[in-house]
Amino acid sequence: MNPHSRGGGTAALFCLPLAFHIAPHIIERVNSQKEPCPRFSAAIRVRFSRMIEIQNLDFTYPGQTTPLFAHFSWRVERGEFWSVIGPSGCGKSTLLHLIVGVRAANGGTITVNGESVPRKKNRGKTGLVLQDYGMLPWATVRENIELGLRIREFYGQSPPSPPPSRAGKGAREGIRSRPRNNARVDFWLDRFGLATLRDKYPTQISGGQRQRAAIARTLVLEPDVLLMDEPFSALDAPTREDLEQVTLDLQAETKTTTVFVTHNIEEAVFLGQKILVLGAPPHRSPVRVVENPGAGRAAYRDEPAFADKARVLREMLTSHA
Amino acid sequence: MRNRDTLLAALALLAGWEILALLLNRDILPAPTAVLAAFASQLPMPLGYHFLVSAWRVVASIALAVLLATPAGLVLGQYPRVNRFFAPVVYLTYPIPKIVLLPIVLLFFGIGDASKIVIIFLILFFQILVVVRDQASALRPELLYSVRSLGAGRRALLRFVYLPATLPAVLTAIRLSIGTAIAVLFFTETFATNAGLGYYIIVDTFQRLAYAQMYAGVVAMSLLGLLLYFVVDYLERVLCPYLFAK
Repeated sequence: MNPHSRGGGTAALFCLPLAFHIAPHIIERVNSQKEPCPRFSAAIRVRFSRMIEIQNLDFTYPGQTTPLFAHFSWRVERGEFWSVIGPSGCGKSTLLHLIVGVRAANGGTITVNGESVPRKKNRGKTGLVLQDYGMLPWATVRENIELGLRIREFYGQSPPSPPPSRAGKGAREGIRSRPRNNARVDFWLDRFGLATLRDKYPTQISGGQRQRAAIARTLVLEPDVLLMDEPFSALDAPTREDLEQVTLDLQAETKTTTVFVTHNIEEAVFLGQKILVLGAPPHRSPVRVVENPGAGRAAYRDEPAFADKARVLREMLTSHA
Repeated sequence: MRNRDTLLAALALLAGWEILALLLNRDILPAPTAVLAAFASQLPMPLGYHFLVSAWRVVASIALAVLLATPAGLVLGQYPRVNRFFAPVVYLTYPIPKIVLLPIVLLFFGIGDASKIVIIFLILFFQILVVVRDQASALRPELLYSVRSLGAGRRALLRFVYLPATLPAVLTAIRLSIGTAIAVLFFTETFATNAGLGYYIIVDTFQRLAYAQMYAGVVAMSLLGLLLYFVVDYLERVLCPYLFAK
């Protein structure tokens, strides 16, 4: 028999007065908490406010000695619009790839809407819009926008937000959801002015139209996060400003948490209410953040505050170059 | 427009042949009219039979090659480590003229259909393997990232990206190999068999000096190649319409 357990009775005797001494304090503390289960509800609160949470991220490209991220922590709250700015090759795109989960970190944790990333299967709820090459060249605009829904069907998953009464009916549900999926695709085709181009292939439409389709394709899936990786940098200035406005309107409309990566200072200032400034790697905490509450309005571009913020950013970027 | 041009070219070819036959006026070059008459008279039997036997051998080889080379090429294209291991093997075996392996194939697979299918398969297999591998490894990572961000795992990537991306390359590889495949088929059918267009042309008609029938066999073999060409063209048009979008 274990000698410790034999002495258990005597230990309890000795501890008893101590227990009586401490117990009232414990009861007092429990009573002082208004909620029935404090730790649980705190977790829920965190889940509902934090959309992207990166803690102590370490990442080095295989075969390289300088890490890109070393104990990097960053947090994006639900509904925020962030710009991420930094020189080319500083790891902006890699940051997005890590958040999407197409690359795995060497250390640290990343959670998106409370789910840790990367998981075995991609969640399909983090929208990613790239500069180019994101469209399937062999699929029409409509087929490209449908792609995410078809991937869900392929895995036998139900489409986003199915009515509760129909949930869990398996294959039949999948077939019945077709019209709803079609309606959803048609809605975004219309919303982005792509209805007349629906049967065109990506090579047959303009760069601006391709990027509209790329955004529509992610929005069809009702993402909770939209990550945009220099989506407009290959476009001419008028198309670019037009699409920046479209992005702002959409964000105001859907309140989708958005992270917009760019190397263009004006674009970063026009779009992001908060701006994450990255210099030369390795990126560490604390991160450099510029608050930019004026962003989100079309008129901001012409205001003096806009030019001021742009100057601040330019100084931050050149001082670290 | 394109169909009309093809038809005109065929008519021009026939006209040239007719004129040459008239000028030469020897029985080793019968006029196309005589050949067509022979062709028609031989059609259901025996020419139709030999045509079907040859067609079966080629189509079976193509199907086998596509079914085995596409997955193998996709694996090599997606896993650089596996490719590094097999690349020297492919590099060494790719340029070997597969036809010289015929005696070995005959020893292993006998003189029936199997040996003919295997030798054509060997030729097509490497052609398709190499183009599928290169196509799969040349896919832009951006494209893969964005489709993965839509929720695609390995299986969905295969279905929605890798297969459609490699399809045109597979069809092109088949198209480029059809000529070689039929040439090799002709060679394998000229001995140790009693069926197929090669047998009909060399054993059944050439050695009997039945020139009009021999020419009919040559026409049938050309038609087989042409037909396969058209089928591949048609498949490309149906399966890869984006290649023709203007």
